[in-house]
Amino acid sequence: MNQTASTTISRGFWDAPGGRKGIGAWIFSTDHKRIGLLYFYSTLAFFCVGVLLGLALRFELFQPGADFFTAQQYNSIFTLHGVVMIFLFIIPGIPAAFGNLVMPIQIGAEDVAFPRLNLLSWWLYMIGAIMALTSLFTGGGAPDTGWTFYVPFSVRTTTNVSLATLAVFIIGFSGILTGLNFLVTIHRLRAPGMTWWRIPLFTWALYATAWVQVLATPVLGITVLLIFAERVIGSGVFDPARGGDPVMYQHLFWIYSHPAVYIMILPGMGVITDIIPVFARKPVFGYKAIAISSLAIAGAGSVVWAHHMVTSGMSDIAVMIFSLLTFLVAIPSAIKVFNWVATLYKGSIQLDPPLLFALSFIVLFSIGGLTGLVLGSAATDVHVHDTYFVVGHFHFVMFGGTGFAFFAAMHYWLPKFYGRMYNKKAAVWGWALMTFGFLVLYMSMMIVGMEGMPRRYYDYLPKFTFWNQMSTIGSWFLAIGLLIVFVNIFRGLFKGEPVGSNPWGGATLEWQTPSPPPLENFEAEPVVTHGPYEYKKAGIL
Amino acid sequence: MSTHEDKGHIIPNSTLVAVWLALLVLTVITVAASRVDLGALNIWVALGIACSKSALVITFFMHMKYENWLFRLFLLIALVTLAVFIGFTFFDTLYRQPI
Repeated sequence: MNQTASTTISRGFWDAPGGRKGIGAWIFSTDHKRIGLLYFYSTLAFFCVGVLLGLALRFELFQPGADFFTAQQYNSIFTLHGVVMIFLFIIPGIPAAFGNLVMPIQIGAEDVAFPRLNLLSWWLYMIGAIMALTSLFTGGGAPDTGWTFYVPFSVRTTTNVSLATLAVFIIGFSGILTGLNFLVTIHRLRAPGMTWWRIPLFTWALYATAWVQVLATPVLGITVLLIFAERVIGSGVFDPARGGDPVMYQHLFWIYSHPAVYIMILPGMGVITDIIPVFARKPVFGYKAIAISSLAIAGAGSVVWAHHMVTSGMSDIAVMIFSLLTFLVAIPSAIKVFNWVATLYKGSIQLDPPLLFALSFIVLFSIGGLTGLVLGSAATDVHVHDTYFVVGHFHFVMFGGTGFAFFAAMHYWLPKFYGRMYNKKAAVWGWALMTFGFLVLYMSMMIVGMEGMPRRYYDYLPKFTFWNQMSTIGSWFLAIGLLIVFVNIFRGLFKGEPVGSNPWGGATLEWQTPSPPPLENFEAEPVVTHGPYEYKKAGIL
Repeated sequence: MSTHEDKGHIIPNSTLVAVWLALLVLTVITVAASRVDLGALNIWVALGIACSKSALVITFFMHMKYENWLFRLFLLIALVTLAVFIGFTFFDTLYRQPI
């Protein structure tokens, strides 16, 4: 900590509402920091909705039999839990919220390349979100298909799938525009001296993510529109009775939705990569390997989609080829994990809350990744397909990975944008309860899945009771941890001690400007003379 | 790096007309090819003609021939990605077991 906290803090961009008052200064602002905070609070609100739905599902599963919900209600709740968490929280969470907040500052830009398009992206996201939530209460009732909208059920069900798919279509546009904006910004708006090999690795991860958003999301748009067309005009594209192919739906859906897994995880990996060297007090190990591995994950991750379809009836040749390709993704992922650990090795480690969340990320993501190989291998996948093992696995990757990275980013970057610090002890308690609750909640799911419990049912055989109860109890610990984290961080951000410009001792550009940053990020255009993790050259060590 | 605006380019009318005529000829070939059953080659012929037509439009009408290398590279990445998405799907559909 090389900066002394000033007692009177400048409010930076908070004092530049762009000539508007009240909420108008936010929802019509083209400042990337305000848009980043709009995204942050929107995604966080939807995350809380998703958590409540998840807790409700665990309540129902505490013991066998119908306790709180009917089968139909349970189907709707897990569908909504999936749609809200995937499309409204995990996909936009880190890139749209923290990408908007941090990326332009990290490359020394005043804003993104297309600020109005950036605002439009948020509006599209909110319109899509409202439509998705409206689908619950209108038409034939809440969709009950699961977030994957598989045909033929999604075409036949009388629930309000049409509105939900249109909502996903609109939210997809929001992601495409954000990706396009970030690509152009990173190519064209870098400060003098910010060469490609001096770009911070969080921004590198966002760059790789943006390519996937631009190239893969249109396929999702087409796919959900085809469902809409099938339901409204009976186009027959997926109907075998009319020459259609239902398995083709699964191809189209996963051509987007598997790369989307990397839209979710790559920015999280970028957060972790930026946090670890700062708290290990040494340069990141293998900068170029990490940057290139982000691109390799984006590339390889785009050609493995059919490993979700091993039991769908597709050809054996495809099963083998996609299984092989799936194993290839493990290589760049492992490069990152090894480089994180090598960065920590012989470091002068400061166990502050951002690093604790980052360490949880490494462990939980590694468990999620390795259990993913069990599912990527066709021989083992057929035995655990559609069991709770799969549910446990993807929660380890998505929540243990992206979710914990989101919380690491909150604890790392939010003091920069509010100029105040939270209580670190309370943050550690929150982290500990979250990690403990997480492990109990999702490890139990993997065990009960291995014992043969299928996913997506509101009831189960009595022999699965113990692990289901463990899982539900774990969810309570996780919820208490979340509550502590939220109360602590928001109390700190609004009432905490003022922090200086560089509370953690980072060398990237966002720490070289005041907290909170001024409207156009820097008082004078920065000139970059060293890499993002060269602390000695930056005069920090 | 020179920008897009520096490189305004006017294509001669003769080139535009030649491309238009080529597109018309390819359209006739599209219709003709649809009346001949070439078995597994059907898809290759249809995609080949469609790719040729779109290549002409992108190269000349959309001025990609005269653009900065970076834009051409970006377009190539998008097209190769689309080709991979379509191509890899055939690992399933071409080799599916008869029901």
